[in-house]
Amino acid sequence: MDFDLNEDQRLLKDTLVRFFKDHYSFEQRKQAMAMSGGWSADIWRQLAELGFTGLLAPEAAGGFNGGHVEAMVAMEAVGEALLVEPLFASALMCGFLLRQCPASAKISDLESAMVSGTARLALAHMEGEAPLNGAHVTTSARHEGGRVLLNGDKTLVLHGDSATHIIVSARHAGTPGAHHGIGLYLVEGDAAGLRRRGFATQDGQRAAELNFNQTPAHVLDAEGYATLAKTIDFGIACICVEAVGAMSALHAMTVDYLKIRKQFGLPIGAFQVLQHRAVDMLVALEQARSLALVAMFAMDDKDAARRHRTVAAAKVQIARSGKFVGEEAIQLHGGIGMTMEYAAGHYFKRLKMIDVQWGDGDHHLVALAEGPSLLEDEAMG
Amino acid sequence: MDLHLDPQQRAFRAEVRQFFKDNLPDRVRQKVIKGGYPEYQDMVDWTRVMHAKGWATPQWPKAHGGTGWSPVELAIFDDESQAAGAPQMLPFGVNMLGPVLYTFGSPEQQQKFLPRIARLDDWWCQGFSEPGAGSDLASLKTTARREGDEFIVNGQKTWTTMAQYANWIFCLVRTDPDSLKPGGKRQEGISFILIDMKTKGITVRPIQTIDGGVEVNEVFFDDVHVPAENLVGQLNKGWDYAKFLLGNERNGIARVGATKEKLRRIRALAQTSQIGAAPMSENHRFMERLTEAEIDLKALEITQWRVLARSAARHGKPDPASSILKIKGSQLQQTATDLAVALAGPYAAVGKSDQSGDNLGPIGPEWAATSAPVYFNYRKVSIYGGSNEIQRNIIAKAILGF
Repeated sequence: MDFDLNEDQRLLKDTLVRFFKDHYSFEQRKQAMAMSGGWSADIWRQLAELGFTGLLAPEAAGGFNGGHVEAMVAMEAVGEALLVEPLFASALMCGFLLRQCPASAKISDLESAMVSGTARLALAHMEGEAPLNGAHVTTSARHEGGRVLLNGDKTLVLHGDSATHIIVSARHAGTPGAHHGIGLYLVEGDAAGLRRRGFATQDGQRAAELNFNQTPAHVLDAEGYATLAKTIDFGIACICVEAVGAMSALHAMTVDYLKIRKQFGLPIGAFQVLQHRAVDMLVALEQARSLALVAMFAMDDKDAARRHRTVAAAKVQIARSGKFVGEEAIQLHGGIGMTMEYAAGHYFKRLKMIDVQWGDGDHHLVALAEGPSLLEDEAMG
Repeated sequence: MDLHLDPQQRAFRAEVRQFFKDNLPDRVRQKVIKGGYPEYQDMVDWTRVMHAKGWATPQWPKAHGGTGWSPVELAIFDDESQAAGAPQMLPFGVNMLGPVLYTFGSPEQQQKFLPRIARLDDWWCQGFSEPGAGSDLASLKTTARREGDEFIVNGQKTWTTMAQYANWIFCLVRTDPDSLKPGGKRQEGISFILIDMKTKGITVRPIQTIDGGVEVNEVFFDDVHVPAENLVGQLNKGWDYAKFLLGNERNGIARVGATKEKLRRIRALAQTSQIGAAPMSENHRFMERLTEAEIDLKALEITQWRVLARSAARHGKPDPASSILKIKGSQLQQTATDLAVALAGPYAAVGKSDQSGDNLGPIGPEWAATSAPVYFNYRKVSIYGGSNEIQRNIIAKAILGF
């Protein structure tokens, strides 16, 4: 048992944290969000130069060949920095997915382009009728004249507005809800019959509604449900870690604020009632950190059902802790916590949106309550 | 980074688990799991079994009869012991006084008392709290006045757990009365002293707690003569020893293993227990509360390992992060007892039968009868061992820098 990063991982962490410190202040982030498309191409280019766009990509593609510890290190820093550039959507989510797909020349090319930063990928999976049901895929994939054509709609596609390539889940067999018959397809950003409606999310990220109308696509994996399920579990684990990074930064700035803000002639942190609330925030944060860690390591678990339970448990904990830390931070800051000009509110917004992404705490709790005990899954076996 | 126990630690866990399985009498196990206190003789018998195995005082240094286990092994042992339903070794001797004696006691005190603690030949109790000195322990007023080669002790201690079985008590006493005067340093007039409970002038009065049980007592001292050689360490340095002791007391404070066993039992009983139209396992609200507790406990288990992993680097210095374990661990213990009451439903109301010769068997499920008393009793866990508010003060000061 060992909770320490190795030397390479520490270096990775230091590099990213220092980059954000030097180039991604709250003001710089605000400027990035004001740019057309909602994020900074310059920041993206620098992230690519540092190698983070290839964090999970294989060495053959020029990537870092990272695993879940590297993903964890990156996502915690992303959470602290409130990054709006598509690192998670492209390098982590799609990078992870591509590594689960059967090897092909197409995938190798795509990975190389992703590593260099020229390709930005987005995963289009959720559909409007049942966004949280991973098997509810009605978008169709049909072979016509030697081509594969997609028809249908995808919703809430993270960074789907600006992605150069879109990985789409589509059904070539079976009925909505069935696990079999769901394939994974690659669509070029400028493909015929692809329409996108981009929008900003509540927390300053970007997403898009996509419509495919006889859109040509390339098959990545004909039976992709298991890969999709694992990728979504990975995505949940990632945003749990991101939430821990955000909570950690938000807690630290709240404690600092309590020490400098004076009322009644005293720093308000001199009042025990506020100290104890800051302590309870720390307890909630540390509990969240523990399960986010376990969720990331669950990616090693060969038992898919158990892996999902572990990830779901972390999502419940993140929901509880994130709500508590976020709401308390705003309250302890008072009025300043309510303004767009101050970072606390932005952390709070991100935490709330992480809660609703891929199922909120109650969604996962209800499912877990119907399954076997989590305590039978040895946490540290 | 690796979250798994290494093969050696896994083998160690298997060995410990097997030992408890083979040696713990089921009758004792049942009593502990249901939340009751084992009887005096059960405690003595079990301590002797553990002592014969060399596990009665695992955290002590090897020279004094400890095991030399690492902090991780000690934590594995604690969790397995709790999950097995084994009685905890009497903490007042093993966890509290023992380390004070082998760190600050005289060679004579060490030789005389340590082996007897390990075998439970002596049953120790703790004389710290007083009616006017709870969280503010340094305001204690029980006095010890030096006369020749004796101390004369006068005053009152309270919340003295298991004093009814104890033949010795270790006490904090005021040996410099001036330290309580305005401008005096209250902490600097306190000494740590060992008192034979059979000494003339000691009276023990039981306190019945809201669960109906008697595990705590008041202890009165009326001109009690104590040999001067029973002073531990230096005169007026008792506060330092007490702080050291309270730091050690946090070992195993999260009670992860014990709560895990409670939740397992509740989940198993929920499959068959029916107080409404269907078994409780089909009551969604109940199962969600249970699952939430399990999630929190799973997180606490990892938090405990994370705190432990840092402890090697701290060279045994108490870690303020263990206060997180105390807060969360006590809350979860209380949640588990509350779930047991919900499971028992109306049968939680059943008290002791007062009809003599009533041998008609239990009213309602047998396990239900202890649910309410244990729930009432466990309100103590967020109060004792440094109340959760004191733990928050520790974190606020030592971690958050207020």
